[in-house]
Amino acid sequence: MKVALARLPALATAALVLGGAGGWLGAAEPLVPAQLKEETVRLKDAPGRELTEGRCNICHSLDYIPSNAPAMNRAVWQKEVQKMRDRFGGPLTDEEARQILDYLDGNYSGKP
Amino acid sequence: MATRRELLLAATGGWLIGRVRASDGAGTVVEVEPLAALPGKKPLIRRSFRPPNFETPLADLAAPLTDDGAFFVRYHLTVIPRIDPDGWRLQVSGASARRALTLSLAELRSGFEQVEVVAVNQCAGNRRGLFTPRVPGVQWGGGAMGNARWRGVRLREVLQRAGVAADALEVVFGGADAPVLPATPAFVKSLPVERALDESTLVAFEMNGRPLPHWNGAPARLVVPGWVGTYWMKHLTSIRIEPRAFDGFWMKTAYRVPTGAFPGARFTSQETAETTPVTELLVNSLIVSPVSGARLSRGAHAELAGKAWDGGAGIEGVEVSVDGGQSWRDATLQRDLGRFAWREFRFVLDTSRAVRLDVAVRARSRNGAKQPDRLTPNPSGYHDNIVQAVSLEIA
Repeated sequence: MKVALARLPALATAALVLGGAGGWLGAAEPLVPAQLKEETVRLKDAPGRELTEGRCNICHSLDYIPSNAPAMNRAVWQKEVQKMRDRFGGPLTDEEARQILDYLDGNYSGKP
Repeated sequence: MATRRELLLAATGGWLIGRVRASDGAGTVVEVEPLAALPGKKPLIRRSFRPPNFETPLADLAAPLTDDGAFFVRYHLTVIPRIDPDGWRLQVSGASARRALTLSLAELRSGFEQVEVVAVNQCAGNRRGLFTPRVPGVQWGGGAMGNARWRGVRLREVLQRAGVAADALEVVFGGADAPVLPATPAFVKSLPVERALDESTLVAFEMNGRPLPHWNGAPARLVVPGWVGTYWMKHLTSIRIEPRAFDGFWMKTAYRVPTGAFPGARFTSQETAETTPVTELLVNSLIVSPVSGARLSRGAHAELAGKAWDGGAGIEGVEVSVDGGQSWRDATLQRDLGRFAWREFRFVLDTSRAVRLDVAVRARSRNGAKQPDRLTPNPSGYHDNIVQAVSLEIA
């Protein structure tokens, strides 16, 4: 349920974006088609998981995290979290960014 | 008779390509994700759910033209509207446009000469998942590419209808897909004005004789033959002719390589001393069959088959080694579908002795470029065109 709730802001924002884009845009597909079962992606259960899932999920599916793990270490995760906040506008306080970094580095640095 | 599912499973195994150089037996393996189907597409290799990034299985790259149902799907942003083709409009404007235009799909189709080009569309990050050391990003195997017959109108004619002022520097392209968060940079790309005016650059509305599939950019997309896929804007909605270098995230920060590290066209208005946009495809090849690890029957006819391509000079030749890179012989090139298309190659394998064959393939371009043996490191994992190797067993 946490995952589903985390997606609500995404849906609402998507509707706003489309509302401003003109009537010729049809139905948006901000979420992956249901038959693909994105919700089957679950991150490792450790402190910080819910925060990480909730924030990352706003813009992208969680499978990016394990699939990138072999390329990651703390420094690279830090750059990634900063990019998501500073370049892509992800809503993160400094404290949340630190907790997410600790979770990602602790669970997804080097192995999926 | 194998089922399609069995064929596809075998095909995903085909991406377990050893990065074998010469007789080095060690290889890197890309994790294989389950196959999954986007609506209207065949089952593809899922690299991410949202945004949808789906890779073409190796077996689907065997045909001369890649089936549009199997063609790879790549998005950066997750709000991907389905577009009513009758309501779609293309806006052409900008500070270096003499007048603004609005074109419907019918006007685009009937107002300009329709032309076709067969061209490889390859993601800049194709094979990123094979990089050593690993780099972040979508962990593509080798299937973030395909070859299709694109039909549309020349971008040049569309731009000339609007009128290109003498001070035009770049042409800037926007599509209908959008970010979830307003602060996320929209996916906007630019081209040097001379590349936009090249006769091969199209606003395309068909691939392989059918309307573009939704996931490949319906109802119209840019086709920039010889340049990496990031410039092939999908769901194209706006074209701006501008006298200044476009400064968006997807030009100034993303899709860049170290300046001078790679051959190919320069994009000087976007270049700095440190980095420059990734531009043209480098000479490259792909072994489609047999897949690595295959066992061939001793004495039976066996052929190596694959594809070779470059940024538009055309393929001059393809060489095959069966002894780990010690000696090389020419493969036979198949039908030429044009300089931007891939070129199929075939090579008859000697199966008279029960041995292990360390097979490697390297293509060379008509411009003299050859595939290198070593990766050129770059932080985003672009331009992997190193010589590919597979191991075959004759028994």
